[in-house]
Amino acid sequence: MIGRLLALLQARNMEFLRDRSSLGWNIAFPVLLVLGLALIFSDGERAIFKVGLLTETSLEQLDHPFLDDPHIEFFTVSDEQRATRKVRLHKIDLLLDPASPGRYWVNRQSQKGHFLEIQLLASTPTPPQRVEVDGQPVRLIDWLMPGILGMNMMFSCLFGVGYVVVRYRKSGFLKRLNATPTRAIEFLTAQILSRLLLIMVLTAAVFMGTNLILDFRMEGSYLLLFVTATLGAMALISMGLMISARVSSEELAGGLLNFVTWPMMVLSDVFFSMEGSHPAMVSLARLLPLTQLMQASRAIMLDGAGWLEVMPQLLAMATMTAIFLLLGAWLFRWRGD
Amino acid sequence: MSHIIEVNQLVKQYSDVTAVNDISFAVPSGHCFGLLGPNGAGKTTTIELLEGLTPATQGTILYKGAPLGKQFRQEAGIQFQSTALQDFLTVGESLKLFHRLYDQRAQLDEVIELCDLRSLLKRDNRKLSGGQRQRLLLAIALVNDPKILFLDEPTTGLDPQARRNFWELINRIKAADKTILLTTHYMEEAATLCDQLIIMDHGKIIAEGTPDNLLNHHFRDVIVQLPSTLLADPLPPSLPAQLFSRSDLVELTTDNVDQLIATLIEMEVPLEQLRVRSRTLEDLFLQLTGKELRA
Repeated sequence: MIGRLLALLQARNMEFLRDRSSLGWNIAFPVLLVLGLALIFSDGERAIFKVGLLTETSLEQLDHPFLDDPHIEFFTVSDEQRATRKVRLHKIDLLLDPASPGRYWVNRQSQKGHFLEIQLLASTPTPPQRVEVDGQPVRLIDWLMPGILGMNMMFSCLFGVGYVVVRYRKSGFLKRLNATPTRAIEFLTAQILSRLLLIMVLTAAVFMGTNLILDFRMEGSYLLLFVTATLGAMALISMGLMISARVSSEELAGGLLNFVTWPMMVLSDVFFSMEGSHPAMVSLARLLPLTQLMQASRAIMLDGAGWLEVMPQLLAMATMTAIFLLLGAWLFRWRGD
Repeated sequence: MSHIIEVNQLVKQYSDVTAVNDISFAVPSGHCFGLLGPNGAGKTTTIELLEGLTPATQGTILYKGAPLGKQFRQEAGIQFQSTALQDFLTVGESLKLFHRLYDQRAQLDEVIELCDLRSLLKRDNRKLSGGQRQRLLLAIALVNDPKILFLDEPTTGLDPQARRNFWELINRIKAADKTILLTTHYMEEAATLCDQLIIMDHGKIIAEGTPDNLLNHHFRDVIVQLPSTLLADPLPPSLPAQLFSRSDLVELTTDNVDQLIATLIEMEVPLEQLRVRSRTLEDLFLQLTGKELRA
């Protein structure tokens, strides 16, 4: 069994690596996208000042002279730990506990925080207690980077595996393999391993290459990020195999693959966050493997999340992989007719 | 004589078509066994049933006395009518890929020599001519040193020279005492290669036996050909022959060539362009079904 699996794996790898145009595009597409977006959003400082108010009281019931400034966006937060982390990440420019005399948190590396601090101190005769936090801002490109790599993995895994299996079936290559002692599980495993190997090497290369230029934020463990990406890729590859399990028309395969990739493009936090969307949409998004991959990888890269914090996403991706694979193996046909 | 394959009352029914209709036959070990018939006769369906790639609707297929199983996959070599190989692989790499899929393997060098592929080993699969490609597909069917070799219309689409080269190759494989099961719609191919054959039409067997026995059984006459301008239409009643066909040539069937020629001489018909030929499998098929084999 291992001999057959390795033979199929090696043949598929050679086929992929020698298809220069396809290989080139697999590398060029994410690099171009990352660099292009980095260029577009290079002056992406938000114009508006955002101040979080650490209180259980609603905004309308609060009475503080600082709140009268119309150029500042105020909102209430209740979790101090989460709110201060957002100050560290520059997601909130200043955090104020409006109780008397109160406290405020400001990031000494935030220009907007500095101006807000001056404004705050000028607005009240009893200055609140200053708490200084430290942390580099999360640039938009830092937030987008996992999305771009995840999107590229999604297209590569789904189309790379789905189309190839359909092409093999349509051309009769699968029928020829079926005439040998090869079993479906051997063929499918070889396809998964081949794509997994190639996508992980390519994604790691693109990550490291673009990181040299853009110096992405990476707060967490590289090992955990690698495991997360591997599980995400496996879930996506298994999804591609399930979709292509018995299709022999490339047009139909293209339609089905688009049917699953586009909802993931929109709902899986690739280019924008679904936070605050309708709960039904958020629940639907959680059923998609790319959402799990995005949430876990951003938590690791931007917030420094550890194994326990991303365990729900890791388990979700492992479960999806198992379900897609079982369904794919059950549905699989060597021939299309 | 031992039989490597035994087929009993085999039926393959698709939704509204009976592709194979209650056929039974046995393939002797070491023979080249032909399935002859026109396109759509059920040859390919039959061979795919025998290869175990298509489930039968009814009937049994036994390989060495037992139903087709894992061992059959290891011991069967198969060449389909058309097969795509993986893109971007060379001839040598394609051979190695299939070679590694079997537990029991032939010496790859011997297969390469037999199929004359040595000079093509580094060539991309996609850059082979029709004949070279068929030789590669045959080599792939031989990488497991098969006990039985299935060849489904292996020379369709080849030019006459490539076809004859392929026949030579098949004869070399026959000499290695392998059983070959061959489908074809070329009578000459069947007559050249097959020790025994069945003729199929509409999913049924309409004749079976060795090529010679089949012809001897059905025909005692020969065909005499003359340019059609030399004989009036209709034929003179005194002519001891029946009209077989008339186009540029008129073909007469007779079981007494001497008497026919004597009569033609009496009629002062010039005989310079007269030809006599034996009956062929094509004639047999025409007689049995009323239609031509390649129709």
